[in-house]
Amino acid sequence: MSNTLVLRLIEGMAGTIESHADQLTRLDQAIGDGDHGINMARGFKELAAQKAAIAALPLGEALKKAGMTLVMKVGGASGPLYGTLFIDMGKATPEAAPTLADLSVMLDAGIRGVKARGKAEVGMKTMLDVLCPVADTLRSLVDQNETDGLDERIIAAAGHALHRTTDMVAKRGRASFLGERSKGHLDPGACSSALLIGAVVGVLAPSSAR
Amino acid sequence: MSATVGILVVSHSPKVAEGAVDMVRQMVGDEVACTGVGGDPAGGLGTDAAKILAGIESVWSEAGVALLVDLGGAEMNSEMAILMLDEARRGRVRIAAAPVVEGAVIAATEASAGSTLDEVVAAAEEWR
Repeated sequence: MSNTLVLRLIEGMAGTIESHADQLTRLDQAIGDGDHGINMARGFKELAAQKAAIAALPLGEALKKAGMTLVMKVGGASGPLYGTLFIDMGKATPEAAPTLADLSVMLDAGIRGVKARGKAEVGMKTMLDVLCPVADTLRSLVDQNETDGLDERIIAAAGHALHRTTDMVAKRGRASFLGERSKGHLDPGACSSALLIGAVVGVLAPSSAR
Repeated sequence: MSATVGILVVSHSPKVAEGAVDMVRQMVGDEVACTGVGGDPAGGLGTDAAKILAGIESVWSEAGVALLVDLGGAEMNSEMAILMLDEARRGRVRIAAAPVVEGAVIAATEASAGSTLDEVVAAAEEWR
């Protein structure tokens, strides 16, 4: 993966988070502690500020440095969770330019890290409720060698998964204190995950950007 | 080992952390290294892995360090701070599953008696 592509991935993610920060904060004000957009925007702004240094590294090291930057700057629970996702993806990155199959393995490794860090599983109304269906879709399409239209199917999987969090009862984080009252709202962490996946796909496969 | 286990209080609020440390000073004394950290990287309520790492280093003891943490991100950011320590130190820092204020006082009391890290953590976790 080229230096330029990493630069564009960072710019894409940072731009998406910045332009949706208010939306993330509004979602978090409904069921969380109301700082998700502010925290994410702070972290991704710092990532953008360090993009040249990060993009100069081999991809695995770049992902680890990006993750550590998010840990240090995002704060809250999202910092360690997104930081772990990036760091553990970095640890699973091959030396050669990653194939789609490698990308699937990397995402699975990142998700395992997030599950361990957050002591969470699918169905708890968290970022995992978007990340896991996306990783499952990617893995199954790669396994079946059905890579035509993969980008659109990933975007669709993320969107459907995000909307399914509305009916879930939160089992982790501040929203879990609300119990049944957490129903009827999108999960802010699932929303930021869907936005980031959209941004990444938009850079890797610009035809499907939206 | 003659060194005394250090205690670090991690709260979303710097004032809560400071207040818990004040209670330790009043009820246990100054013989146990105890400090508190709180606040996010921008100075608002929250937790910050870098501040937690500095806190662990400031109360560092060869006997180890016990952390008392409040909600959600405090525990996860503490885990990240522990991962940033070198391997030799990493195994000598533990997070106690105990209420912050009560846990800090109980842990410091146990530490002041020269107990091991495991004993200090167990004392905080058993209190109710």
